[in-house]
Amino acid sequence: MCRTCGCSDPMDDHTHAHEHPHGPSTGPGVVVPLEQRVLERNDRLAAETRRRLRARRVCALNLMSGPGAGKTTLLERMLRDLAGDLEIAVIEGDQATDHDAARVRAAGGRAVQVNTGPGCHLDAAMVARALEALDPAAGSIVVVENVGNLVCPALFDLGEDARVVIASVTDGDDKPLKYPHMFRAADVLLLSKVDLLPHVRFDRDRWRGAAREVNPQAVGFELSATRGDGLDAWYGWLRRRAVEPRAVASAP
Amino acid sequence: MHELAIAGEIVALVADRTGGARVGRIVVEIGRLCAVAPDAMRFCFDLATEGTVAEGARLEIVETPGLGRCRACGAEVVLERPFARCACGGTDLDWLAGEELRIREVELAP
Repeated sequence: MCRTCGCSDPMDDHTHAHEHPHGPSTGPGVVVPLEQRVLERNDRLAAETRRRLRARRVCALNLMSGPGAGKTTLLERMLRDLAGDLEIAVIEGDQATDHDAARVRAAGGRAVQVNTGPGCHLDAAMVARALEALDPAAGSIVVVENVGNLVCPALFDLGEDARVVIASVTDGDDKPLKYPHMFRAADVLLLSKVDLLPHVRFDRDRWRGAAREVNPQAVGFELSATRGDGLDAWYGWLRRRAVEPRAVASAP
Repeated sequence: MHELAIAGEIVALVADRTGGARVGRIVVEIGRLCAVAPDAMRFCFDLATEGTVAEGARLEIVETPGLGRCRACGAEVVLERPFARCACGGTDLDWLAGEELRIREVELAP
């Protein structure tokens, strides 16, 4: 029996895109039990993307933050520092413009820009289409730079290997408590712009406590993409992950 | 406002399953921890149903509570938001319930 809808289809995880009758499903006033997961289509597509990427040993990262936390600046730095070492291709998500894809290309990376229009997040279908255009090489890293938004992207599985959430010291040290869904969803938490610490009111211990409270499992790195602080540790994690997606989930 | 995308998906799934019959009521279960705001959902539902088989349909939202289990001591902890502190001080919780986002049932229009 189908787990999702309770119909007698012998496959227990069949797709629900097909038409199949569920008893008396027509007629006025009839109540049709569905028990249908709303995000099933997205999650199914994401699972398929994940399977394909793993088969090619491609490590995909879903990079998320609020606007201006430094996602693209970090990517530019990564592309320059890791050129010839790790191959990194990028899917850029923004509501409008291809400015970020142009920045990635100028830094030497391949990029596909996805514009979501009014949409506030990327979904699995957008990423699957972008991956076809990007055609990442076996053994490479794909960074999906999500739309700058600390709320909506947390809900949508894209088929990534890990979720990386960035917050900057200019965002404030209580961000994890204010946006707990996003910080809870993270596998990796990056604190960016630490070079600005002398100039802003930001209590690093308070940040660490808030991050631990919301997500005790996440791996954390504190870095500056402009001055270079903390990048070696972050690159170390990336290298291990690129070789063996998922295997080093909890390694520091 | 991811609720608009979610409402659109609900309408698409319902239309798919009812074979195009007009719908009078849709019951959706939203867990406390699933990052969907019921008020925003109600607002978006009317927009998403416009011009579809569910136009004018009533949206019934069943909110389900969040529940976690402390990895340190094994106690169950009620979750009002996506994090909490167990009586033992632990914050590392496995989520047992509250992430549901499901269409429970649909009533066809009279």
